[in-house]
This record gives sequence, structure tokens and C-alpha cells, in this order.
Amino acid sequence: MALRLVMGNEAVAQGALAAGCDFFAGYPITPATEILEEMARLLPPRGGVFLQMEDELGAMAAVIGAAWGGARAMTATSGPGFTLMQEHIGYAAITQTPCVVVDAQRSGPSTGQPTLPSQGDVMQARFGTHGDRPALALTASSVRGAYDRTRLAFTLAERHRLPAVLLLDAVVSHMREPVDLPPPPPPARRTFAALPSGAPRFGPRAPFVPFGVGEPTVVTGLAHGPTGATGGGSGAFTADTLRAVGEALAADPDVAAAVEAYRTEDADLLLVAFGITARAAREAVDRLRREGTRAGLLDLGVLWPFPAAAVAQAAERARAVVVAELNLGQLTLAVEAAVAGRAPVYPLLRADGGLLEPEAISRFAQGAATGEARAAKEAMAGA
Amino acid sequence: MPRLGVDVDCYLKTEALPTVWCPGCGNGTVVQALALALARLGRPPEEVAVVGGIGCSGRTPFYVRTHAMHTTHGRALAFATGLKLARPSLTVVVATGDGDLLAIGTNHFLHAARRNVDLTVLLFNNGIYGMTGGQMAPTTPEGGRTTTSLAGSAERPFDAVELAMAAGATYVARTTTFDMQELPLRIEEAIRHPGFALVEVITQCPTYFGRLNRIGEAPEMLLWERDHTEDLHGAGEGLALPALTTGVFRQERRTEYTEAYRALCAARGGRYGDE
Ligand SMILES: Cc1ncc(C[n+]2csc(CCOP(=O)(O)OP(=O)(O)O)c2C)c(N)n1
Ligand code: SF4
Repeated sequence: MALRLVMGNEAVAQGALAAGCDFFAGYPITPATEILEEMARLLPPRGGVFLQMEDELGAMAAVIGAAWGGARAMTATSGPGFTLMQEHIGYAAITQTPCVVVDAQRSGPSTGQPTLPSQGDVMQARFGTHGDRPALALTASSVRGAYDRTRLAFTLAERHRLPAVLLLDAVVSHMREPVDLPPPPPPARRTFAALPSGAPRFGPRAPFVPFGVGEPTVVTGLAHGPTGATGGGSGAFTADTLRAVGEALAADPDVAAAVEAYRTEDADLLLVAFGITARAAREAVDRLRREGTRAGLLDLGVLWPFPAAAVAQAAERARAVVVAELNLGQLTLAVEAAVAGRAPVYPLLRADGGLLEPEAISRFAQGAATGEARAAKEAMAGA
Repeated sequence: MPRLGVDVDCYLKTEALPTVWCPGCGNGTVVQALALALARLGRPPEEVAVVGGIGCSGRTPFYVRTHAMHTTHGRALAFATGLKLARPSLTVVVATGDGDLLAIGTNHFLHAARRNVDLTVLLFNNGIYGMTGGQMAPTTPEGGRTTTSLAGSAERPFDAVELAMAAGATYVARTTTFDMQELPLRIEEAIRHPGFALVEVITQCPTYFGRLNRIGEAPEMLLWERDHTEDLHGAGEGLALPALTTGVFRQERRTEYTEAYRALCAARGGRYGDE
């Protein structure tokens, strides 16, 4: 064991290298900048490409271009840049381009409070682009988690041919924890097998083969058929492809495995959170248990596709469900839908740049368990 | 000059014809010139990528048999930069319109030129937004009529050549679809040039620019191109009309970006490149 104090953003860079990432394009923004700086330091000695683009639209475009050049490509940003990337996240989805986008969330909207954490991009990660598409958004609540989830983001992006999003927050990005991360493997050139002539290039099961390998390919953001050509039924083909990709993603056991259950076996008070809030909620669970309340936590390491089955199952035994998040109720909507009346759902929300502390969470959850929160909720609704 | 239909077929996706373009549109002329240039250079189609933006001109990727990417409005150069850096052995050509490159995409244009990435930009300059139905472009001449400047534009247009030169492009040329001798030559030179190359092609949009400005159909527009351009070296001098200069404005060697990046990696023990 070689424990080292590592920052969340550094762990992202290490996770990316471990996954074979050899291309990074980005634009500086707090609190994601250290990922950019780390990649600028780490990639050239490996022969990988680091590119500081002129803006986030360009960064996301360069990442997609690089993916079609055969690279394992990624970018990292925060809310304002994530907004600028949305058009190209949609482009990556319709063109089935594997790539990774890290969004270290900060307090918003707009410039907001750049150095303070937020979890306000939950819905942007799901619905930020125009049109419908399968969305993958992973999260992490620890430095080790940031490393593991970055690797998982690459695995899933390639397996399902889509843009994978990793949602962090200013605290997880900047906190340091002692971790033992293996040294990155030596850089290896990726090899691709050319497709037989006429084989489908697009569609739910079509393999990703970049430019320069075999017959020329056409890639377009227009609706297209299996060869990339437009016209004749391409609207239906594209819609069916995106739906099938979404279904395969939702059925992927590695997606379901990203949900971390903490002391939920016998829990009748269920907490649901992610990121830095899940970190605090874990401690809140311990406090509640010490006070005699059987609390448990679902730390949602994946938000999209929403792990509805895991939430519904844990809610089955619960008297109350508490959702704690640093926004005005974005995740709550999905939790309410999954719980579907099995238990009352109490949101504990904060969107002023501050954190939800373990003490506040445990107090609120205790109230939820005893019905006080219901009264508070009703009072708020009446206000 | 190679005969059409013999040498260029391997670069053109004939099964995708007819194009979406209007009869008489200049875009087909540019694509034909691109195919000619590639044939003369003898680049195998599978070692070439054509990246298009959004607009009528942006549809070029659908008509070439090379690797092809039809991207988003204004961003073709950013996609192309990523592609070129990831696979430097590819010859990358960008097909873009004047709205695409000089309005929504200006930022990427300036920065790609500044970096001197080995990309060839074919700017299809028709002075108007074709695809969206004839609105004012940043290249619409003063007084030019469009659906958003029916009384004539009051704005000063951009000069793509000046912009490219100021930003650091190392090959800069302007020509027209009227000049089918010069057009493929310029494209060939630009592709051969190791660095950021701009070929601005003055091209006709008879459907909108021609009609709204009462120039006429394609033949009249081609004559208009002839009469409104003047060779850098003085040919056509003495034209009564304010003329656009054509020719090669810059052709110089400066370290190309993937070369510079290779050296940067090497200095830190890294091996960059796909050869
Ligand atoms: C983000 C975005 N904004 C606007 C449009 C609509 N749009 C499509 S093409 C175009 C302009 C095309 O003009 P130009 O680039 O000059 O190309 P041309 O059609 O004349 O070849 C516009 C505004 C779009 N597709 N995407
Ligand atoms: S609208 Fe103009 S630019 Fe577009 S295809 Fe027609 S003639 Fe060409």
C-alpha cells in the first residue's frame, strides 16, 4: 500500500489515464481546472494529445473529432461550460460517438458562486440537449470514487457508444484523501478491425470504427441510416437506435452496480443522495443509528439512467424517504417517481452555495421519520 | 488536366447524386474542383477526411467518397482540429460557408489559423445565408439585398483573407467558381501546404443572392464574378466596379501545429503520432 494524498480532480486525471485516455481538450473553469492542468502535464510524456481550446463548444467538438480519429477522448468543465457543450453532447449522442465529459458542478445559475459547490446540473445532464437521447451520468462521493467512476465512464461510453457524463461538485473535485492509486499503464496504441464492406456503421449493435480504418465512413448529426446516409426512413432508424441504446444502458449491470447501499438492509428511514451530500448523509445515517433510528442511505453513483429499481426496492420497507441535494429538487422528481407512493418523500434542499451538514441531514431525517417534516413541508407549501 | 469521370470518380459519391443543391448553385463546382485536386495529388480516399459545417456548403461531406463528417453550425474547424490531432496522417479538408465560418464560427477560424494546424479550409462565399433562405451574412456587401436587409445592408462586410492573414494562416488564397482553371490548382496547393490553408471561393447562390440583387441566374452570376474580381497581379485592372482581389496572398512556412506538438512530446519522452 502506498497511500498518497490525492485531490478529486487529480484522481479523475489518473482514472482517465488508467482507462487509456489519450486525448483531452478543454477550457479553464473553476472548479474543474485542475483536471485540465493535470492532463496538460500527464499526456505529452505519453504521446497523448492535450489541447486547450478557445471555448467549451470547441472543446467538445474537438473531443468528438478526436474520437473519430480513434482517440479515447475526454473534456472537463463546470456548469457554464457544460451549458455550452450541450449542442455537441447531442451531436455525440446521435452520431454514437464514445467520449467522456466531466462536469464539476458549481453554484449557479450563470457565474453564480464559482468556488462553491452545487448539484444543480442533474437535469442539465439528462435533458440539456434539445431532442431525446439516452443519457449516462455517473457521480462520485470520494476521491477513490472519482477515480473509479472516471474509468467506468470510459468503459460505458465505449460499450454503449455514447457521451458519458461524470458529475462531480466543487467539494469532491477539490478535497484530498489518502488513496492508493495504481500507476497508469504504459500508453498503448489502440487497434481497430476494419468492418466488412457495407457492414452497418450505426445502429444499436454496430461497432465503433474510426476514420482511417477501412472504408470511408460518413458521420452526420442529421438523422441517418446504418451507413450514415440520410433520407429514406432515417428518422425512424435514428429514433430506434437512440431508444435501443438507452434500453441497453438501463439494463447494464455495471450501471446498476454504481449505486452504493449503506446500511439499508433493515432501514425503515431511507436517505437518498449523491456526491458530497451523500458523504454527509453517510455520517447522518451513523448518527441516526446511534440514536436508535434504523436509517440507511442510497449513494447514487449513477443518476441517469435513474436507478429506479434500487430506489423502489429500498423504499419498500421505508416509513419515509429523504432526498438531500444541493439544488431545488431536481433529483427529488426522479426519486418521487421511483418511490411511487410506497413512502412519503421529503426533500432536504439547499441551493445557496452552502453544504448540507451531517447534523442538518440527521435532524431533518429524524423529523421525517416522526412526521415533523411532513408538517414542515405542508407549512412550506402553504407559505 | 485529368479528364473528368476517369480520375475523379473515386473521390465522388455518385450514388448520392443528385445533390440537394439548387440548379446553377456554385457548390458543385467547388466539390468537383476538390475531387480534381485530390486526384492530382493522388491521395487515397481512405486517407482523406472532409469535414463540413452546417449550411448548403456544409453538405459537401455527403458527396465525397472520403471519410466525411457533417458537423454543427460554425464548429467544423473545432471538430477538424480534434480529428487532425488524433490522427495526424489524415489529410483533413473543411467545407464551410461564409455564415458558418465568419459569423457563428469566427472564433474557431481565428484560433485554428493561429495554431497553424494542417487543415485546408474551403470557404464557399456566396455572400448570403443560403440554407436558411437568403438572410444577411457577415460577407454581404454594403448595399447588398437579403431577406433581412431588403433595403440593402448597412454593415461593412468581413474580408476573410484579411482575417486569415491577421490570425496567422500560412496559406491564403481567393478565387472564384468562374475560374475552373485556377480553383482546383489553389485547392491542390492548399492541401499540399503543411499548415493552415484558406481558399476563399467566391461562389454563386442564384436562388437568393442572384435574385434578390437582380443579378440573374447562374450564367449571369458567373459573369458577375468575373467582372467583380481582379487578379492580385494586375490582370483585369481598370474595372469600373469595386473589385475583390483574387490570387495567392500568402504562402509561407511556419512550424505546423502537429509538428510542434510532436517536438513538445518528444522533449518530455513521449512519442506522438499515428504513423
Ligand atoms: C446553432 C445553429 N444556429 C442556426 C442554425 C441555422 N442555420 C443553418 S445553415 C445557416 C446559415 C448558412 O449560411 P452559410 O454558412 O453562409 O452557408 P450556405 O448555406 O450559404 O452555404 C444557419 C443560420 C443552425 N443550424 N444551428
Ligand atoms: S440556396 Fe443558394 S447556396 Fe443553397 S443550394 Fe441553393 S443556390 Fe446553392
